Amino acid sequence: MKIIELHKSVTDSNDRDAEKLRKELKERGTFLINVMSSPGAGKTTLLSKIITDLKNEVRIAVMEADIDASVDAERIEALGAKSIQLHTDGMCHMDAGMTRQGIEEMVIEEIDLAFLENVGNLICPAEFDTGASKNLMILSVPEGDDKPLKYPLMFETSDVLVVSKTDALPYFDFDMEKLYERVRRLNPKIEIFPVSAKTSEGMEALESWLLNETKEWKK
Amino acid sequence: MHELGIVTHVAKTLDELAEENHITKIGSVTLQVGEVSGIMTDYFTDCWNYFRVKHPILKEAELRIETIPAITFCEDCRQEYETVKYAKICPYCKSEHTYLVQGNECTIKEIEAETEEES
Repeated sequence: MKIIELHKSVTDSNDRDAEKLRKELKERGTFLINVMSSPGAGKTTLLSKIITDLKNEVRIAVMEADIDASVDAERIEALGAKSIQLHTDGMCHMDAGMTRQGIEEMVIEEIDLAFLENVGNLICPAEFDTGASKNLMILSVPEGDDKPLKYPLMFETSDVLVVSKTDALPYFDFDMEKLYERVRRLNPKIEIFPVSAKTSEGMEALESWLLNETKEWKK
Repeated sequence: MHELGIVTHVAKTLDELAEENHITKIGSVTLQVGEVSGIMTDYFTDCWNYFRVKHPILKEAELRIETIPAITFCEDCRQEYETVKYAKICPYCKSEHTYLVQGNECTIKEIEAETEEES
């Protein structure tokens, strides 16, 4: 037996798959957003709101993991978006290979904006590149402003932070200023959007960011 | 809890490597795992033993894990300290302006392998 030195990251094979997928999506003009959050942070409600507001401007698809039954496929379809079920085989996260399965299932040329609903957890999904154009995380007000201290990697790998359920702010000791400070210390470039899907407050800013990024991706 | 996912990626990397280098058997795999990488080594070993029997090339591959200690650097007093013991707050000057120098890695360091030429 001989020794072969590798010094390769354990996620090396995934990183290469992800890079390849991202390139293909760029060529096809589909902007893919990897949506990560804890269970119950409001992924479904937020996506439903976005579909309702933007379905006449862009063609939208939602890919969801089978481990998480939070999104009702029929509900997504009824709102006017395509829905695709992914098979994670009980895994705690999505990786580039699983994302590719979903991409191959949809007629990608007909989709401008695709959301990948990752498995609901703030740890494992942050470790694996899915091949998405951007990473978006949702933190809901009831979860608390201390989450950046507990799950730093999630905040470091996200390009966008959506602070959801801001209509609940009067009922929780949630310090928005402190949150911004903690998040920016981990990731100075992150974009932050405080929103309430219920009252629509802040949704316009997030939606115009989405439209703009989708347009830029096609260039 | 992403240990099984990582095992599948390691196996994929090794499968590709085996093909490129005409490897017929892998005797051992050495990983370097940081103390705060979030990987539980015991659980990882269980996943490895479960998974390797399904891969002809890895069937007899023993998993060796080297732990890399976690070290944090304080930007204010410019000193290093043990991350696991003191976490985010510098024990010398109580500053929060600190960052991790090492301890988050998870890499495949080396493998022991038999190639076609040998057998």
